[in-house]
Amino acid sequence: MNGAIDVAGLTKAFGRTRALDGLDLSVATGEVHGFLGPNGSGKSTTIRILLGLLRADGGRARLLGGDPWREAVPLHRRVAYVPGDVTLWRNLSGGEIIDLFGRLGGGMEPARRAELLDRFELDPAKKGGAYSKGNRQKVALVAAFASRAELLILDEPTSGLDPLMEEVFRGCVREARDRGATVLLSSHILSEVEALCDRVSIIRQGRTVESGALGELRHLTSTSVTAELGRAPEGLDRLPGVRDLAVDGTRVTLQVDNDRLDTLLQALTGAGVRTLTSRPPTLEELFLRHYTADAGQVPAGAAAGHGGTR
Amino acid sequence: MSAPAGSATLTRLALRRDRVMIPGWIYALAATAVGSAVSYRSLYADQADRTDFQRSTNASGPLRAFYGPIYDAHSVGALTAWRIGVIGAALAGLMSILLVVRHTREEEETGRQEMLGATMVDRRAPLTAALTATAAADAVVALVVAAGMAVLGESPAGSVALGLQLAAGGLAFGAVAAVTAQLTASARLARGLAGTVLGAAFLLRAAGDAGSTGGSSPLVWASPLGWLEHLHPYAGESWWVLAPVAGFAALCCAAAYALVERRDIGASLLPARPGPAGAGRLLRGPSGLAWRLQRGSLYGWGAGLLVAGAVYGSVTDSVGDIVGDNGQVGDIIERMGGHTGLTDAFLATVMGVYGIAAGGYAVQSLLRLRAEESAGGAEALLAHPVGRLRWAAGHLAHALLGPVLLLAAAGAATGLAYGLAVHDVGGQLPRLTGAAVGQAPAVWVLVGLGVLLFGLRPRAASAAWGLLAACVLLGQLGPVLRLPQPVLDVSPFTHLPDLPGSHVAATPYAWLILVAAAALAAGLAGLRRRDLTS
Repeated sequence: MNGAIDVAGLTKAFGRTRALDGLDLSVATGEVHGFLGPNGSGKSTTIRILLGLLRADGGRARLLGGDPWREAVPLHRRVAYVPGDVTLWRNLSGGEIIDLFGRLGGGMEPARRAELLDRFELDPAKKGGAYSKGNRQKVALVAAFASRAELLILDEPTSGLDPLMEEVFRGCVREARDRGATVLLSSHILSEVEALCDRVSIIRQGRTVESGALGELRHLTSTSVTAELGRAPEGLDRLPGVRDLAVDGTRVTLQVDNDRLDTLLQALTGAGVRTLTSRPPTLEELFLRHYTADAGQVPAGAAAGHGGTR
Repeated sequence: MSAPAGSATLTRLALRRDRVMIPGWIYALAATAVGSAVSYRSLYADQADRTDFQRSTNASGPLRAFYGPIYDAHSVGALTAWRIGVIGAALAGLMSILLVVRHTREEEETGRQEMLGATMVDRRAPLTAALTATAAADAVVALVVAAGMAVLGESPAGSVALGLQLAAGGLAFGAVAAVTAQLTASARLARGLAGTVLGAAFLLRAAGDAGSTGGSSPLVWASPLGWLEHLHPYAGESWWVLAPVAGFAALCCAAAYALVERRDIGASLLPARPGPAGAGRLLRGPSGLAWRLQRGSLYGWGAGLLVAGAVYGSVTDSVGDIVGDNGQVGDIIERMGGHTGLTDAFLATVMGVYGIAAGGYAVQSLLRLRAEESAGGAEALLAHPVGRLRWAAGHLAHALLGPVLLLAAAGAATGLAYGLAVHDVGGQLPRLTGAAVGQAPAVWVLVGLGVLLFGLRPRAASAAWGLLAACVLLGQLGPVLRLPQPVLDVSPFTHLPDLPGSHVAATPYAWLILVAAAALAAGLAGLRRRDLTS
C-alpha cells in the first residue's frame, strides 16, 4: 500500500522505558485518520519519529513514501505539524511567528492567512508570552492550515480551544480533506475524532490495539441504555452481557452487549417501561473499555474480521 | 511583622529544589578560601616573604585592580583575605542573584507561581522565601569560611570578618536581584540587570584600586564591593562598613516588597507592548530567528564591555606610576619591566578578563540552543523543512562571531581611552583591539567543547558553564597553588600569548583553532545523529 503514513513494528525505548513496542499505523492518502490512546501510550513518540525528531530503534516508518529520518528536510516541505503544547518565543508576536513558519515552509497566501486569523479570532500583534494556552494553539493552527501541506500531523491540536473554536477547527480539517490533504489527528477528545475521522487506530502501551473504520469498531462493544420503569427492576445484574448497571429507584442505566439486547429488553418490559433511551456507544465508552480492560482480551485487528453488522 | 503566609513552606521548597546547587556553591566558595590559605601558609611562611609579597603586589596596578591592595602582611589570613575577600564577595553576590531570580521571577515566568498563588500563599511569600533561602546560603558560607580559617589557626575576629565579607556581598546583590526581578517579565533579563549592577560595582572598585594604593579612591567608595574591601579582615577590622552594606540591602529589599505589593502576578513594571502583526524582512529563517532571540543579549554584553574597556583604558596610564619613592619598590617595578612593562602587564591581564567575559557570552548564546530544544522551539522549527545544522548555525554564529565583536569592542574602547590619555590613539587603538581579539581562539575552544557536550550529552550541556568556571579557577588559583604546567595547560586561555607586549606566534592560535574545529565538528555530528530531548 502506498499510503501517506506506513508504520510497521515500530519500537523505541528511552533508557529502560519501552515507549513503542511494535506499533503499526497506516494512513491512506486523502483520509482523516484518528490516532487514539491514553496519556503516555506513545502517540507523541510516534509523531516525533515520523517528523525525524527521534530515531526509531526498530521497525519500519515511511512518511509520504520517504524515510522520515534521512529525508526529513525534503519531506517537511509537504508536511504541516501542530504540537499538543505549543511553545512560542516570548518576544515575537503571533503574526511574526506565523510568517516565519510560512516562509520556512515555502510561503503562504496573505489572503488565506488573513482569513484564518479572522476565523480563529486571533490577534496577531500580541507577543508570544502574552497569549493564553488556547491562543498559542491557534497560532500553530493558523500556520498549519495556511500552509496547504499535503499531510497535516496534528497532535492533540484542540487542547485549550473553546467549543466555538473547536467548530472552526473542524471546518478547517474538513476543508483540508476536501482539497485532498491527508490528516493524522491524535486526540483523546473523542467526539472530535467521531466527527472528523474516516478511520482510527487505537494504541495502548506502545502497541496498536485496533485499527479500522469507526463503524467496524463500534460493533465490538455495547449499547448504552437508560430507562425509566414502572417499578424497581429485579435480577438485571444476573442477565448475561449487562455491565455498569446503576439502579436509582425506578431509573436504570446500563451497558449491554449488542447480541444480548433482546434478552434485556424483555426483562425491562417485564418491569413496565415508561421511557427508554438507547444509543450506540460513544467512542469514549469504546475507549474506556479498551484501556480499563487488559489489552490481551482484545486481540489486535479483531475488528477487521467482523464486517459491519450495524 | 510576622512572615507572610506560606513563606516557611516556600522556603523549604526552595531549599529542597536547590539541594545540589546551594551546597555546590558553598563548597566552591569555602574550598577556594581555605585552599588559598593552606597554599599561602606554605608559600609565605616567613614574615620576610610576606612583606616582600605585599610590597610587590601593592606596587602592581594589575593585581590591585583585581584583588585590591594587601592591607596587612602579618598573617597568612590577611593574604588570603586579599586574594579572595572581594572576589569571593562578588561570587557570593552572583550565587545570590541566581538564587533570588530563580525563586521569584522564574517561578512567575513559568507559571508555577500562579499555581502556588492560588493556595494559601501571600503574594509577598515567594520573595520572602527566596530571600530567606539566599540569606541562609550566605550565612552558611560565612560560617564555613570562618570556621575553616579559624581551624587553620588564623585570628577568630579576622576569620569572622572574612566570612561576613563574603556573606554580605551575597546579601547585597541578592537584594539587588530582588528589585530587578520585579522590574522585568523575563527571568533572563532580571538576572542580566542584577549581573550588570554587580559588574559595575566590581569595575568601579577595580578602577579605583588600579589608580590608588590604599583603596582611598572615591571610585572604591562608590561601590558596595569597595565598602566590603574596607572591612579589612585580619588587618584591624573596620566593622562599621557592614552598616552601609546592610542599609543598602535593606533599602533594596524594601523597594522590592513595595513593588511586589503593587503589581499583578507575571507583570513587569515595563508595560507589555504589542508587536508587529507580521514578520519583517530579517525574520526569514532559523538565522533570522536566532538573531531576534540573541540580539538583546549581544547589545547588553556589548554595552558592558564597552564601559569596562573605557574604564580600564582610562586607568591604565596610572597603573605604571611608581608608587611613592620607595627605592625597593622602584627596584621591583624595574624588574617587572618598568612603566611600559607594567602597563602592558596590566593590559594583558585586562585582555584576559575580556576573554573570560567573551567566554561567558559565548557559553550563554551557545546554551540558547539547548534552551530552544528543551522548550520546544527547536521542535517547531525542525518540523519545517529545516535541517539540524541549519537550525544550529544561527545560534552558533552568535557563539563564534559574537565574542569576536565583543572583544573588538572592548579592545577598541580600551585603546581609545588609553590612547587619549597618552596622546597616542592612532597607535593604541589598533594595538589593543588586536590584542583583545587575540583572545577569541581560546573562546572558540570553549564553544567547541560546549557544542560537543550539546551534541553528545544534551542534558549535561550546561556543564559548559563549569568549563568556563574551570578556566577562571585555573587562571586565578593556578599561580597561587603553583599548579604544574600540564594542569594549567588544560585551560585554553593558558596558551594565549600575553598581549600586548609579547611576541605573536601563530602556532598556539593554530592549535586552539584546530581543537575548537574538531570539537565543533564532533558535536555537530552528534547533533545530527541523536534524538531531540526535552
